[in-house]
Amino acid sequence: MVTLRDLRPGERGRVTGYVSDRLPPRIFEMGLLPGTEVEVVRLAPLGDPIDLKVRGFHLSIRKHEAELIQVERL
Amino acid sequence: MSGSCHEPAVASRPPQAPAIVQRIALAGNPNVGKTTLFNLLTGLRQKVANYPGVTVERKSGRLVGHESIEVIDLPGTYSLNPRSIDERVAYEVLVGRMQGEPAPDVVVCVVDAANLERNLYLVTQIMDLGLPVVVALNMMDALAENGLELDVKGLAQRLGVPVVPMVARRGQGIDRLKEILLRGVPPPPAKRRWTLMPAVTSVVEDLARQLGEEVPDVPKQQRFFEALSALTSDTLLEVWKRQAPRFYQAVLKARQDLEARKVPYRQAEMIGRYGWLSPLVAEVLRRRPNAQERTLSDRIDAVLTHRIAGPLIFFGLLLLIFQAIFSWAVPFMDAIEAAVAWTGEQVRAVLPDGFLEDLIVDGAITGVGNVLVFLPQILLLFFFLGIMEDTGYMARTAFIMDRLMRRLGLSGASVVPLLSGYACAVPAIMAARTLDNERDRIITIMVTPLMSCSARLPVYTLFIAAFIPNIPVLGPLNAQGLAMFSLYLLGTTMAFVAAWVLKTFVFKGESAYFVMELPPYRAPQLKQILYRMIDRAKAFVTRAGKIIFSLSIVIWFLASFPRAELDPALVAQRQTLETWYAHARDSLEAAGASAAALAELEATYEARLAPIADAEAARQISQSFIGRLGHALEPMMRPLGFDWKITAGIISSFPAREVIVGTMATIYGVAHAGEDEIILRQVLRADPAFSPLVAVSLMVFYVFALQCMSTLAIARRELGTWKWPAVMWAYMFALAYLFSLLVYQGGRWLGLG
Ligand SMILES: Nc1nc2c(ncn2[C@@H]2O[C@H](COP(=O)(O)OP(=O)(O)O)[C@@H](O)[C@H]2O)c(=O)[nH]1
Ligand SMILES: [Mg+2]
Repeated sequence: MVTLRDLRPGERGRVTGYVSDRLPPRIFEMGLLPGTEVEVVRLAPLGDPIDLKVRGFHLSIRKHEAELIQVERL
Repeated sequence: MSGSCHEPAVASRPPQAPAIVQRIALAGNPNVGKTTLFNLLTGLRQKVANYPGVTVERKSGRLVGHESIEVIDLPGTYSLNPRSIDERVAYEVLVGRMQGEPAPDVVVCVVDAANLERNLYLVTQIMDLGLPVVVALNMMDALAENGLELDVKGLAQRLGVPVVPMVARRGQGIDRLKEILLRGVPPPPAKRRWTLMPAVTSVVEDLARQLGEEVPDVPKQQRFFEALSALTSDTLLEVWKRQAPRFYQAVLKARQDLEARKVPYRQAEMIGRYGWLSPLVAEVLRRRPNAQERTLSDRIDAVLTHRIAGPLIFFGLLLLIFQAIFSWAVPFMDAIEAAVAWTGEQVRAVLPDGFLEDLIVDGAITGVGNVLVFLPQILLLFFFLGIMEDTGYMARTAFIMDRLMRRLGLSGASVVPLLSGYACAVPAIMAARTLDNERDRIITIMVTPLMSCSARLPVYTLFIAAFIPNIPVLGPLNAQGLAMFSLYLLGTTMAFVAAWVLKTFVFKGESAYFVMELPPYRAPQLKQILYRMIDRAKAFVTRAGKIIFSLSIVIWFLASFPRAELDPALVAQRQTLETWYAHARDSLEAAGASAAALAELEATYEARLAPIADAEAARQISQSFIGRLGHALEPMMRPLGFDWKITAGIISSFPAREVIVGTMATIYGVAHAGEDEIILRQVLRADPAFSPLVAVSLMVFYVFALQCMSTLAIARRELGTWKWPAVMWAYMFALAYLFSLLVYQGGRWLGLG
């Protein structure tokens, strides 16, 4: 199983589901939903959080949340 | 870009003309140009107040040229499901549930055209409330720069509401927007255009019916949205617990059923809305073939959040800000202090000697001075914070620092407020508003006052200069510098420890998350930044000012009463001196002496009077309420090494830390003796009650103790309750007592006393 955390900077993926429902609803409101394409743009200087490009804008979430989001590599 | 507006061809437009617009609300995501548009509509004549019971600002103004129409700037929100105070306020205003605030007649939804899909999410939610909506499609310039093209007419048609393309920053599109607003806007089509997954739809429709039966007040069009919100959000469900208990129970049961059937109902709304919006946006948005994939903003980010360059630039910027606050603000602070002192003297010259004069000069005017002296630092700090916020850099500082801060129980967004605390806790606490997570915001506010602020500096300086020898320790570092550094380090370390304790024990179990947009970089608008600076400064002066002002008078009163009975020896001395002066002057005048000679005589007289006045003042304060309190509390402070004089100094500096310097000068009878602190240092050193150990204990006390009314006042304002400020004061006092006790008793045990 691949999660968003496993993608390296520059890699793209498509959300397929969630590992747990502990995710904050804000993540869904920001559009990180099943079927959504997402690109990992870069990691913060200390390695966490990560900068994602979703639906044309940049969203930053922590690895802790990223590993709860399942993706397929594109 | 086409400058015209496109209205949808809605078949079912109501036949009657829409009602006359009286209240316009501006809604939208953060950073979309809402405030810019608001300023454009109201011409900057705005009123800032607070919504009842919360700390969210209510900004309103009158539409330029139409004074009867009120425009309200709602807080920026991503959604109407209230997860933060801002969102709750926006939601309650829109549904007309905010106290004393009927629902708006029309909502202008400001949208970033360059980030259409996510921005339209909120638009669809507002449309579902049944309120007339106009979409202000802002940032059309940024859209073009990103190499995108938008079919505005097609967008309006598909959404079913008017859409006005705009560049708010340059005032483009404003006329069309006003025209549409004044003409009146019909409510959006009643039929929802997005679809909720069927398993959830039937449940929500059932719940909506039950809600309508139990609370008929909820407008028909809002029932579905209300039921859906209650189903998916715990905060929203709580609203109904008392008002509609049967509905409340029904929702709980519906949740259980859906969970048992493994229906992802909590994401259903988002899936439904984006399911409608994604293809819609794909149809109206086109990327020009030659468009670059990486925008300018992306390229800037590659530098500013770079692994090595990013943190370096951030710390460089912080250094600059500190430099500014510590040195650029100083001349202004000095000027304010001088102006306050000058005013006091002018008033003294006019008023007759006595109680009223002292009350006005030493109580009221000094009290105003205590407030105003912070203004230069507050304004400067907010200038820098304003630039960071407006350009979008603020979000990057949180991104860079989050990992480090999280270890300590905070979030990346706490960095800026915490560091601002080195200058002054007041603007720092106000800066914590950028934290959208309530837990992180409370923790940040609670620990910020532990960062050594600039008001502690005069206290540290006095006692270090008096008691720490100026001997070299290591290279350029000497003992005095090391002492100063240790005090800062002590406060900062304790701030992190306190944050960790709060996270681990007080807010345990509450999960904090970090989901933050990194908005595109934009050039800052100086005018807006200046306006916000003035806004915040006003808030500080009017709100914190009242409390500081009245407490300053109380402290003055406690130091001036009861009046000490006169010491016959001092009275005799004063009389002798005055008689001598009168004689000497008369004989000089009789001899026709020059003005210079007379002035010289007066100077001699004043120099001889000063020690007498000082002795009288010292007597007065020792017999005043504060002096008596100092004596009474001495047994409690004795274990820290403090006698009644230091205790009285601590009490008197409750309004503001630096006051202790002046109080000590009065108690030691050197207030009139000299301009600078050198004399005070000498008498302190000469006093057997003082020793280097006592001085260190006292400085440690000031590292921790919350001797600052402004901080308490602003914390009360930002947290909306006295509970947290009370806890803040208490825990900081406890730390101060404990650490001073450790220092003094430990020092004595080591034989340092
Ligand atoms: N490129 C561009 N920038 C804009 C426009 N309108 C506002 N801005 C900038 O967008 C940023 C956020 O604006 P502001 O009015 O504070 O947005 P708010 O957070 O929604 O109140 C500021 O830097 C503005 O200068 C516009 O039409 N085009
Ligand atoms: Mg704004």
